Amino acid sequence: MLHRLSKNRGMPAAAIETENLSKEYPYGFLNLKKRMSLENLNLRVESGEVFGFLGPNGAGKSTTIKLLMRLIFPTSGRARILGKSIEDVSTHQVVGYLPEQPYFYDYLTAAELLDYFARFHRLTASDRRERIERMLKKVGLETAKRIQLRKYSKGMLQRVGMAQAILHQPEVVVLDEPMSGLDPLGRREVRDIILELKREGRTVLFSTHILSDAEMLCDRVGVIVGGKLRGVGTPGEMVGMRTQGMEILFEVEGAAKKFALMDRATRTGERYRVEVSEGELYGALNELNSVGARVLSVAQIKPTLEDFFMHLVEADRAQASAVEVSGK
Amino acid sequence: MKNVWIVATNTFREAVRDRVLYNLVFFALLMMGAAIVVGQISIGIEQTVIVSLGLAAISLIGLFIAVFIGVGLVSKEMDKRTLYALLAKPVKRWEFLLGKYAGLVMTLTVNTGAMAVGLYAALWAVKHPLVPADAYVFVAVYLILLKLALIVALAMLFSCFTTPFLAILFTAGMYVAGVFAYDLRTIQAINLNPATVRMVRAISYLLPNFQNFNVTGAVAHARGVPGTLVVHVTLYTLVYSAVVLTGASAVFSRRNLK
Amino acid sequence: MTGRMIGGLVLMAVLVLGLAAVWVLQERIDAEQGQLRLEQDDLLLRSGSMVKRLSLEYAPLMGAIYWTRAVQYYGEKHRLRERGLDLLWPLLDIATTLDPNLLVAYRFGSMFLSDAPPRGAGRPDLAVKLLERGIQANPNDWQLYQDLGNVYYFDAKDYAKAAAAFEEGSKNPNSMIWMKVLAAKIAGQGQSLDTSYFLWQQVYDTTTDELIRKNAASHLRLLKVDLDLRALDQRLDEYEKQTGKRAKRMSELVEAGLLKKLPTDADGFPYVVGTSGKAELNLNSPLLEEKLVSPN
Repeated sequence: MLHRLSKNRGMPAAAIETENLSKEYPYGFLNLKKRMSLENLNLRVESGEVFGFLGPNGAGKSTTIKLLMRLIFPTSGRARILGKSIEDVSTHQVVGYLPEQPYFYDYLTAAELLDYFARFHRLTASDRRERIERMLKKVGLETAKRIQLRKYSKGMLQRVGMAQAILHQPEVVVLDEPMSGLDPLGRREVRDIILELKREGRTVLFSTHILSDAEMLCDRVGVIVGGKLRGVGTPGEMVGMRTQGMEILFEVEGAAKKFALMDRATRTGERYRVEVSEGELYGALNELNSVGARVLSVAQIKPTLEDFFMHLVEADRAQASAVEVSGK
Repeated sequence: MKNVWIVATNTFREAVRDRVLYNLVFFALLMMGAAIVVGQISIGIEQTVIVSLGLAAISLIGLFIAVFIGVGLVSKEMDKRTLYALLAKPVKRWEFLLGKYAGLVMTLTVNTGAMAVGLYAALWAVKHPLVPADAYVFVAVYLILLKLALIVALAMLFSCFTTPFLAILFTAGMYVAGVFAYDLRTIQAINLNPATVRMVRAISYLLPNFQNFNVTGAVAHARGVPGTLVVHVTLYTLVYSAVVLTGASAVFSRRNLK
Repeated sequence: MTGRMIGGLVLMAVLVLGLAAVWVLQERIDAEQGQLRLEQDDLLLRSGSMVKRLSLEYAPLMGAIYWTRAVQYYGEKHRLRERGLDLLWPLLDIATTLDPNLLVAYRFGSMFLSDAPPRGAGRPDLAVKLLERGIQANPNDWQLYQDLGNVYYFDAKDYAKAAAAFEEGSKNPNSMIWMKVLAAKIAGQGQSLDTSYFLWQQVYDTTTDELIRKNAASHLRLLKVDLDLRALDQRLDEYEKQTGKRAKRMSELVEAGLLKKLPTDADGFPYVVGTSGKAELNLNSPLLEEKLVSPN
């Protein structure tokens, strides 16, 4: 079922595919200047995977998603969802979308809103009723279902948004910053929903700037900075499997007996933390033993997505300022 | 077309819940007041006063609703971004537009219909035996409704490509221009060269001629309105609105949402 | 052709066809509304002062609008050859109450109010009323005295008052010289063909309004006939004096050298000698019907 819209019988179709997708924004006096908010994006999201779209604010994540959903139009390039061009709105039958900071009709209740949207998917009345009940329970809005949306908090609106995105059991789910505005409990719930979608074999594309979520949920991530895609791969691939050394946590009694390692350690209360290279590990452990320190743990330091991320952002900024200085 | 209906019914529901129809209370009070006042001064023109006043009020109230809410139909959804989730559904942009239009026109129909009933009641109150000719009041109200439908189309067109404030201004301006379109056409211009006069006349044909919808004079004196006029004005409204909405669709279909 | 271009062309076609249909429908609606408007008495407020109070600072604008409607009303009635210009006075009354300085309304209004049907409303009394208001508000506009004089002379047939009006107008240093002369002539002679012709000629020469000019031309045509007939009668009398008998045909006058060629009227139809021995219009001439229809 998931591959039925594939044109190419040999290869499983990508759920989402972009081809040199670009978006230009004019700005400044008389809109004479132009800024590329998205430049030649070539992206492929495979069926059934959870894909995280990472990047700082204004990097182009939302732009990409809005382009896919046909809310804005590309300056150049193309895109396909489930093998059909995005120009074909009928694909939306099997696509679910949660906008960033969703806002809905003030005077409808959650149940009415879900019903309204469900009608476009041609669900029967009884079908709608049943699914709406289920969805509201799933996102935890069952008690608020008869309250008008204008009285909802931001977090509640986020939940309604999630509900309307998945109610019609779409094959592809696109979520723009689904965690924003939620407390830790809410975020956990969203994570659970995403994992459930994955278990059901659906494709999920979501954008976020919360890296730990991406690390935890995604099969693959794509990092976008300054309108350009910097890299795509599994979270592990992105940061490389090299370790950057070892981390030792220890405690030591009494007044600081001076020893070499102490200088390199950072202290939090009674606890000390020091980083050493792999080669230095045994030497360090011996030293600690000799001064009577108690070793609490020894662990590998793996670079996080965050490090990789910051590295990219810094590089991008350096390039941008270089460009400014050179005046080109 | 089903999508159009879905959007339309929701638009209607929203208008009702947005307390648009409360204006009917004001109208009812106005009519009651007029009926009482006129009932005191019986000088043979009760019919004229009640009908003229009533039709003018229906027209004016309808005008406000058509312009302000008409502009808001698209603007509000764009500003508040309620449109985002909606356009992600399998619904085309023109279906959305047409649905909004239909929804407001339905609201206006209910609104003016209720006011027509109120007007009729006031008329009955001051002039107890009502003659069949009084039914022409409904014809006049119907023509007003057609006028409002055209104005809504114009409001939507303008709101598709400018800010709400400007859209209201343009729509109001277009209304005023349209009211004088007939005068423009029959202008006794001595000091203009023939080419200018021809151009002015051509423009006057293309402007929405709002005098077309006005039969207050005849109806206020319980005189009939020819059926052919009603048919032609209905066609006029359909064609003109279709042209305007087609333009609006074209603009809106390529508009980048913020 | 890309889909987009086809779409664009379809759009243009829809717009053009739609507007063409709108144009056609508009013409039909104009005719029907015009008919409706004529039948209706849509002057809910006949009191000029009432309208003025309601118009506030837009009074002159409203005055102009009522004036325009007066012209349209007259024009429409005239075009449809309908009688009954009942609304003309109320419209002009309101227009000039709203804007007492609307000179053109007084001039136009007085002419078409006083002129006999089918040309006008046949109400010289209302024309006088209108002009008196105009004169009061615009004492320096000597043309209003001219119009007043015309009204008294042609339609009210009060030659004393006509002379007085021309006399009054001639006092204005800007007025035309003939006013004083004509005042005296009318005071002395009352109505005369030459005077009538002269007065209408003045109107024809000085007006800028198309309808007024047409009306003046129409009057002049008929007066010309009278002048021609008078001149021909003189020739006929001369002939009788010369030959002792009454000519039966115009050709006889030509042979006698009293006329250079056969005399024709403005439409080209030759004048004939009637049974009474006086000059008359040709039976085929359309001027005959015109003369019968309008008493002046």
